[in-house]
Amino acid sequence: MSALHATVERDDHYNFAYLDESTKRMLRRALLKAVAIPGYQVPFGSREMPLPYGWGTGGIQVTAAIIGQDDVLKVIDQGSDDTTNAINIRRFFGRVTGVATTEATPDATIVQTRHRIPETPLREGQVMVYQVPIPEPLRWLEPSETETRTMHALAEYGGMHVKLYEDIAQHGHIATTYDYPVIVNDRYMMRPSPIPKFDNPKLDGNPALMLFGAGREKRVYAVPPYTRVKSLDFDDHPFTVETWTECCDLCGSRESYLDEIILDDAGTRRFVCSDTEYCNHRQAQQRNDKATA
Amino acid sequence: MNAQPHPQLNPQPLLSVRDMTRTWDGVHGCRDVSFDLFPGEVLCVVGESGSGKSTLLSAVSYQTQPDAGSVWYDTRDQGFIDLAALPGARLRLLSRTDWGFVRQNARDGLRMQVSAGANIAERLMAVGDRHYGDLRAVAGNWLQKMEIDAGRLDDTPVSFSGGMQQRLQIARNLVTHPRLVFMDEPTASLDVSVQARLLDLLRQLVTDLGLAAIVVTHDLAVARLLAHRTLVMRGGVVVESGLTDQILDDPQHPYTQLLVSSILQS
Amino acid sequence: MYVAVKGGERAILNSYRMLDAYRRGDRAVPELSLDQIREQMPLAVSRVMAEGSLYDPQLASLALKQAAGDVIEAVFLLRAYRTTLSRYGYTQPIDTGAMRLQRRISSTFKDVPGGQILGPTYDYTQRLLDFTLEAQREADALPAGGDALDSAMPRVTDLLAHDELIDAEPVPEGDPEPFDLTRQPLDFPASRAARLQNLARADEGFLLSMGYSTQRGYGNTHPFAAEIRYGTLEVEMHIEELGFSVTVGEIEITECQMVSQFAGNADTGPKFTRGYGLTFGYGERKAMSMALVDRALKAKDLGERADSPANDHEFVLYHSDNVEASGFVQHLKLPHYVDFQANLELLRRLRADGAALQPTPQAAPTSLIDEAVSQ
Repeated sequence: MSALHATVERDDHYNFAYLDESTKRMLRRALLKAVAIPGYQVPFGSREMPLPYGWGTGGIQVTAAIIGQDDVLKVIDQGSDDTTNAINIRRFFGRVTGVATTEATPDATIVQTRHRIPETPLREGQVMVYQVPIPEPLRWLEPSETETRTMHALAEYGGMHVKLYEDIAQHGHIATTYDYPVIVNDRYMMRPSPIPKFDNPKLDGNPALMLFGAGREKRVYAVPPYTRVKSLDFDDHPFTVETWTECCDLCGSRESYLDEIILDDAGTRRFVCSDTEYCNHRQAQQRNDKATA
Repeated sequence: MNAQPHPQLNPQPLLSVRDMTRTWDGVHGCRDVSFDLFPGEVLCVVGESGSGKSTLLSAVSYQTQPDAGSVWYDTRDQGFIDLAALPGARLRLLSRTDWGFVRQNARDGLRMQVSAGANIAERLMAVGDRHYGDLRAVAGNWLQKMEIDAGRLDDTPVSFSGGMQQRLQIARNLVTHPRLVFMDEPTASLDVSVQARLLDLLRQLVTDLGLAAIVVTHDLAVARLLAHRTLVMRGGVVVESGLTDQILDDPQHPYTQLLVSSILQS
Repeated sequence: MYVAVKGGERAILNSYRMLDAYRRGDRAVPELSLDQIREQMPLAVSRVMAEGSLYDPQLASLALKQAAGDVIEAVFLLRAYRTTLSRYGYTQPIDTGAMRLQRRISSTFKDVPGGQILGPTYDYTQRLLDFTLEAQREADALPAGGDALDSAMPRVTDLLAHDELIDAEPVPEGDPEPFDLTRQPLDFPASRAARLQNLARADEGFLLSMGYSTQRGYGNTHPFAAEIRYGTLEVEMHIEELGFSVTVGEIEITECQMVSQFAGNADTGPKFTRGYGLTFGYGERKAMSMALVDRALKAKDLGERADSPANDHEFVLYHSDNVEASGFVQHLKLPHYVDFQANLELLRRLRADGAALQPTPQAAPTSLIDEAVSQ
């Protein structure tokens, strides 16, 4: 277990994890409520953070509320530890907590993510923190917050199925490919954040705790471990995930979500794992196997 | 209406309104309205604009809260209850399953940007139907029943004529087999030639499905064609009520007489 | 052979250095000092304090310097800093009637007790570029003060209230602790306190446009500026341990009271209704816009027509915060390639399916057709 990044000096001017203790308590109370009511959006008093709204302040506030000295933090964006946003957030936590960070999924206790769930299966005791832009699954149908709250209270979710029906009628299949709506614990409809629908099955019955934070919209919600999460569909048009004919160009994986890279003007393309750590790990193993063979 | 017998009167009214008053500024609206509506019965509320008939409809269907008086409804599972006692959630559910509301302007009662099929199937999806094929079949059936070409199932209402949009709106409301339908000037926005066809269709549906309905209209001809009984409104109060034929053939109140005579003249 | 690109962290550190150079500009030119910003750009400082929800001219000046003059970026800096500050308590309500006034005007009466005091304002200048400012020049010293300002400066709205011509603004039953927007999320229906707080820190441009729209027919309120005040006053705080209030500071504020006609309803006769605007520092345009929007948000409660954007509580209050708005708009610069990839795949598949079924004429593609457009 090693911190693989240039250690950022802990800045003593700030309270541990930047937020003051009463704010962290307020957040934890909201998170407890969220865990008690899986999939339900709990309002909270979001604070301005040093990163802009829309750039992960919800996820950052959730992580700041739960992180402790002994935690090991992994931060990813688009599945990669090395994208600018992931680096920025990791540096921020380095600066305000001095907590160890890692790229290795199995070594992390907290994984903050934007738009992907890691390929490596999570285990009990780990916490996934998701950055959420728009928490409300019915927002496209109904701009009024007062009305959507009522719809959730009454489980009035018919409108969402209208959209799915329409997709099938017009395109032959459901056209939503990411941020695909789900029903949590057979009760609340939830947006899993803009993860590709490929990742939705990972939510169902996962042993890890899933926390979702929307800073600008000021909502948190949660999926406790081993909770039923079902993606919306029809009995005769069941939910399906993306597949590729290609495999990863670097590690050969046929099981992971692949990014398309365009290499030259002629449009030559390669496919590589979106989860860079998973891919690197597989490559290292393959090199090992080759060496010992 | 002459050829149709009055529906067998169940002694239990489906809807009872007692001394109901609803004004939106303390002055204008409807006052002291009382009537019963029986299953399978069509009641017309007739009056000029400003007579309070639309306010009446809105209050009776509990889209606005009456200022005074009460409205009772014979629910499927809880018996005959005062709607004021019903929690908001149950009222919403009731209005989406056991009731229908047809608006004068079809665009106000439809989702204009989704297909006809989706419009009709929505209520079924709202109560849990999850088989796309079945939903589509039911929607297609309804289109045919409403005399719309079933090939238009995937078209959006934007491409429909006014009459078709109105028929689509009606289908959207009837798909859950409601027992009571409120209609606010259902034909007023349509061409005269189209109105007759729609009224015929409504008359057929009412009988086939055993629907009770309250239809608000300024047009006595609609009352003549559809309603067993009629209320005549003026200045917010009911000035005359009774069997439609009696009212139209032998009006008692001077205002009703004026209304009836003005049609004969035109 | 494709090799995954690395080195994002180094790129970020380099971008910090480039930003610093950009902000500093030509090093031959003397560096801006915070004193200069605070003293010579007080209107920018006022705006940053108002929207940053923090009264500290020195910090606001620092934020403006660090933000290279970008006001919204400076507001963001101040707000983020505010998050780290401990909350000691709440001050006593300020009494704007006790202001030490620099400016006080009323457009509803030709003359008011205390008089029309023009003060320092651009209102009566002609907007001709003053090229003498290209060089350093000393401002003319103000002449020695004449008679002290009349201490009796009753509020115009109080005068109207005396004749019961304006809606009263009673303290709510039991004088409950007001909602605090900086601590709790906004909820609907929003109380007046929540609305006013939201508007006080709202983007000036947004409020200006919303207020403007009410004057052009999107919700007509026929407003009059009953009074506008700018000056300083002391802020007091009750200290439990001492048992009395102490002055914790002196602040500049701008206050605007708008009045509009109201025809009355079943319960009340016709009278004037208020719109209220208040801002840190010197910000008349903001205070006036805030007052217009405050009044527009009252329309539904007063039983008036309330179908214009400025009357829509959720529309106004959810989109007024420029820190939120800026963050979300600019977040589109973040990588979205995973989701884009998903869409790309779908598009390719649809086109492939479409090409395979070519002979059958397709129905016109559906889109979210705007109701207004199709009507």
